[in-house]
Formats: sequence, structure tokens, C-alpha cells
Amino acid sequence: MSHLNPAHSISLLVSNKPGVLVRIALVFSRRGYNIDSLVVSPTLDSEFSRMNIVARGNPDTLVQIIRQLEKLVDVIQAKDHTGESIVERELALFKVRTNSGNRTELLQIASHFKASSLDMSENAMVLQVTGSSEKIDAIKSLLEKLGIVEFIRTGKVIMARGDDKT
Amino acid sequence: MSNPSMNGAKVIIECLKREGVEVVFGYPGGAVIPIFDAILDSSIKLVLTRHEQGATHMADGYARATGKPGVALVTSGPGATNTLTGIYTAQMDSVPIIVLSGQTVTPSLGKDAFQECDTSGMTFATVKHSYLVKDPNDLPRVMKESFYIAKTGRPGPVLIDIPKDVSSGICTAPFADSVDLPGYVVPTRAPAADVEQAASLITKSKRPLLLVGHGAMISGAQKQVLELAELLNAPVASTLLGLGVLPGSHPLSLGMLGMHGTVYANKAVVDCDLIFSIGSRWDDRITGKLDEFCKNAVKIHLDIDKAEHGKVLQPDLFLHGDAKLVLDQLLPMLERLPTDEWIRSIESWKKKYPLSYPKQGGLRMQHIFHTLQEITGGKAIVVTDVGQHQMWAAQFIKPEAPNQFITSGGAGTMGFGFPAAIGASFGNSSGLPVFCISGDGGFQMTLSELSTVAVQKRPIKILVMDNRYLGMVRQWQDMFYEKRYSGVDLEGSPDFVKLAEAYGVEGMRIKRPADAERVLRRALEITDRPVLIHCECEQEDNVFPMIPPGAPISSMIIEPPKAKLEKPTGST
Repeated sequence: MSHLNPAHSISLLVSNKPGVLVRIALVFSRRGYNIDSLVVSPTLDSEFSRMNIVARGNPDTLVQIIRQLEKLVDVIQAKDHTGESIVERELALFKVRTNSGNRTELLQIASHFKASSLDMSENAMVLQVTGSSEKIDAIKSLLEKLGIVEFIRTGKVIMARGDDKT
Repeated sequence: MSNPSMNGAKVIIECLKREGVEVVFGYPGGAVIPIFDAILDSSIKLVLTRHEQGATHMADGYARATGKPGVALVTSGPGATNTLTGIYTAQMDSVPIIVLSGQTVTPSLGKDAFQECDTSGMTFATVKHSYLVKDPNDLPRVMKESFYIAKTGRPGPVLIDIPKDVSSGICTAPFADSVDLPGYVVPTRAPAADVEQAASLITKSKRPLLLVGHGAMISGAQKQVLELAELLNAPVASTLLGLGVLPGSHPLSLGMLGMHGTVYANKAVVDCDLIFSIGSRWDDRITGKLDEFCKNAVKIHLDIDKAEHGKVLQPDLFLHGDAKLVLDQLLPMLERLPTDEWIRSIESWKKKYPLSYPKQGGLRMQHIFHTLQEITGGKAIVVTDVGQHQMWAAQFIKPEAPNQFITSGGAGTMGFGFPAAIGASFGNSSGLPVFCISGDGGFQMTLSELSTVAVQKRPIKILVMDNRYLGMVRQWQDMFYEKRYSGVDLEGSPDFVKLAEAYGVEGMRIKRPADAERVLRRALEITDRPVLIHCECEQEDNVFPMIPPGAPISSMIIEPPKAKLEKPTGST
């Protein structure tokens, strides 16, 4: 059901205080929204943090969620950037099972996606890849054929283009 | 402003004084002893309740009667958990209360220390805002912010969790005179273009209806609402919490609308061509089946809370701002509408479908409330509990001014009425008599506060409407569940007159309709102490009119139905 709904990229500017994350998570869970990824980062001003959330759910409900997030005392700004022209990036690490037979193919894939090798051992290699979520999805599907041992991705970080503020 | 070093508890009390707090409702415990110690040396009155839930409802009743934040002071652990119902009740009805809860010392936080609980964690979902104070020097700022947040914008409860080493520790920070909250903006006026659009929509209406809610009351917009209704010559329907914004005796008043509202208010909702909600939130008790609610009417929604925009229904126009200020913007753009025909239809509904009740049989609650209305002329502060008596009170008692009909609306908290009435009586500077109207069910939930009311000699008149049933649930089981009564028989209730007397509270009794006026008048003569009136009511009486939950307003049941009804589709 949730996969039928589009993913939304939400950016929040919040007070850098304990408990803020719980208040935000409660707004999503109460309205039945599933959080796909969440990135919390310091900002230039140490009093605030930036959160980037990717979540899926009914688009009408999301409008409500944004309004309810804005209502929180600790939320300075809440914005849905879905459909906007923004810079967005993810970083992912893949641990892939290797042997003498697949190492060349693996390095070809890595080179095509400009992935770098962070660790190489006899049986496994750790690759780092950055880019759009689609790019990471693409390399993931190729690597799956070679055997992914584990992987982790950061979730989207986003920034407005030009001199606009996010 | 400088602060000669004091301990945290003294700073808290000094901050309360600076916020104009006169009374604190509290119950002590280990983690909060420093604050109870500090309050001894202050001019603030401490009211010792008999349960922390009572303390929060008293703070709530005080806040609703005065418009000022009410304050509850409790200890950690069970003291704090006992406040949850009161905090939730205040949140649902946008009532400013401050709950100060004691907490174990900071090094023990999260370690299951005696009476430790994650109070702020437990209350996140049901507060407007909350704090866990970890440094005594944060207290002046937190106290200032809490009161500001509780009472401004859309009001609500603020919880402040205070570890014992913070209330005992030394605070050297200065008292705060202002707040710096970049994420909290208090809405004021609406954008001019929106107000102009509202004026243009209203001007086209021939059958306008004003829907007045609690937001109008909180904003203090009674003068503007009256002016608007009279200027347009438009009828005014009120939500349960909006009763009293327009005087109940005003010819344009339709009383309460919704599930148990008046027939004429609900007919006006069905037939209007424009509905203008002023500080109401389209609760399911008002709209009935949403798809059919005011299907062809233009909807304008004025609210201070932007998150109400589109939450329940999508209005044609949303006006974001404070009711009073926005109406001040709007009024100069409007003139009288051609509503004579509309008002004539409403007058004919009022004649055809007046509120009524059967005169035969035993004592009916409607009769008591009707009598109360006759005696007081709507000049009383009435605090109700939740259930059948609440709906009948809302129908038959017509408050003439705001803050005179106090009831748990959104939460529907049984047990609210009695402590809230005690709180309201502490905030009552009008000299009006305070009535608590409760049922035999709800009253027994918080009756331990009989000690409080006796000790404090609050001159409230406690009417216990005893029908020996949980009447509202029984009514639903009667109407929708083939009369299969389950868990509604309140056998074993005490003789409430004897119970009152055991606490040193004078008890009276109403058994027959003919007793009502005499006993109520006698109770009104007592102005220096509480009195409890045990009303032995008709057992199986049902509240009408009624719109079955989830049904469209047009399917309102005006009189007791003869045929079996479908089970309702609405949730509660």
C-alpha cells in the first residue's frame, strides 16, 4: 500500500534540543506515515539542526503533517520539496562477496558508477557510492547479482539551488 | 532583571507570582517537596487536592473560568501519570494549564529510580509543549516560555518536569521578561486579500449561518460575533464549547448544533447557503456524515491554528488568524444581507420544534436544568461532567456570557466536572453562583475531592444526577444494540446525601419534579460553603434530538423512534 504512494522529501529546521526528534516522529506515526529515511545534521548556527526526511504516504495527509510539524514549538520551518528542482544526494556503502571470478566485473561496475573501494579482502569488498537515489538503486540492482553481504544508505540530503535557502 | 541567588524552587514560585498566579492545585510527594516548601513563604494559595487528576481538572476549570492559565503541582512517577487525563482533556479543548511535575534527581534519570518515570516522554503526544529542566539556571526562561506558550495562539497544556536537584539547586540566571522562540509565531490578523474574499462570499449569501466555537470564546470575540450576527441579520449556531459567546437569550441564537443539538440549529445547517465557522474545528459531533455536511453551502473557516485548515474538510476559504482581530478586519466590509425570508424559516422551525421533554413520569434531568435556567436566567457558571446530563444541560441552560458553561468537549472526560467546578469557583470573581452538574457515574470517578471542597469551603452547588445507569451508553445500547445492557448498571452507588454529610458537606435531595425549584432556591441561598443535591432521576430517559453517529444531519431523530435502528457507522 505505502509503495503506491510517492516518496516525499521534507526538510525541517528545528531547535537543537533533546526530545525534538520524538515530537516530530509522533506527528508522522499518528497520521500513518512511514519514514523511509531521516538525516539529522548540525547547521551553521549551533542552536538549530537540519532534518531531511523521506517519507511515503497519502499526499493530502502530507499537507496536514507539514502544518502539524510547523505547529511544534521546536520546528522553525517545515517544507516539502517534492517536485522542486533541488540538489539531492545520497551516500551508500555496499559490502559485496568477491572471488577471483567476479572481481573484474565488480570493479567495472564500480568504475561506471564512480564508486570507490574502501576496503578489499579476500572474500569481500566495500564500495562507496554517492549520487541520486535512482543511481544508488541502479548500482544496487547490479551488485545484487554478485551477492551483497550488507548495505547501508544515508538517506537523502537536500539543498536548494542557486542562492535560495532550503 | 537581576536575581539574587535562590534555589530553583524559590525561583519557580517567584516566576508564578510574576505570571499573576494566585492559586496552585497540588499534591505533594518526595520529588516535589522543595517546591511545596517554597510555596509556604509566598502569597500564592496552595489547594491540596485528593488526587493529581483532580488537581489538573481544577487548574483546567480555573483557566476556563478566568482565561488565565491554571497551575497544577504534582510529584514524579504516579503523581505525574495521574495528570495524563487532565493534560489530555486540556489539550483537546485548548485550555491553558501548566503542570509542574517533580522528578528524580538528574543523575538518576533513566535508571528506574524510585518514582522515576519518563514524564515528558509519556506526555509528548498530548501537550502543546513540554520541558525537562536539567539546569536550575534554565528555570526563569522555561517558566516564562511555558506561560507564554500555554496562553497564546491556540492555548494548551504545558508540562514542566523538574528534577529534585534542579528545584534544590542554586539559580543565578536573571528572571526573564520576554521570550525568544523562533519556531513559535502567534497569528494575529488574516491576509487582507483573504478577508476581502470572505466579505465578497458573505455578501452573496441569502441564507448565511455563523458557527461559533471555543476559538471565538478564547479570542474574546463575543462583541464582534454579536455585531456580525446583528449586522448581517444571520443566525448563530454554537458548538458545545462555544455556548455563551452569543447570549443564549438572543433572538438570533440557535443554541447548540450537532449530535444532540436543537432541531432548528441542525435544520439551519442543512439549508444554509453559507456557513462561516469562527473558531470551531468541524468536529464529528457537528458534521455527522462528512460527505453530506453542508454539501451545497460555501464554507469559510476562521481559525488561529493553521493545522485545522483542511484537517476535517476543505473549506472554500480559510482565514488564518485570531477570531477577534479577523472579525474586526471583516466587519467594516459587510452590510445587512437580505435574510428576512431565511430568518422567517428559522423562526418557524423554532416554533415547530422547540426543545421539550415529557412531563409525565418521575424526575427528569431536563426539568431540573429548565428550572435552573428559569431561576438564574442564564446568569450562573455551570460546569458539567460528561454524558446525558451534559447534553441536556447544553440544551436547556443558556449562558448569557462566555466562560459560564464549562465542560469537557473534545475529550469527553468523565470525572472532569466536579474538580473543574472547584477550580472555576477559585477563579470566579463575578459573584455568579457556580453549579457542578454531574452524573452518578462521573461524580464517583473524582468524588474524593469532596474533602477538598469541604476544607476549602467553596460555595459550589453540586448536583448529582443519579439515574443508576451510565445513561449515555445505556441509551446507545437501547437504541442500537437491542437493549442488551452491558456494563451500565451502577448498582451499589451510595446515598449521595449521606456521603456528602460524611465529608461535612450539606446534602439535599430532589426526588419529584415539584421539589426542584424549592431545593435549588434553598441551595442558592447558601453562599459560604458547598452543598450537594442528590437528584433521583428517571432511570431510562434518552436524549433527543439525536443524529446517529456517522449519519447525515438530515437523518436527525427528533422523537423516540418506534422502529429498531441500524447500528451506527460512526466510530464513537
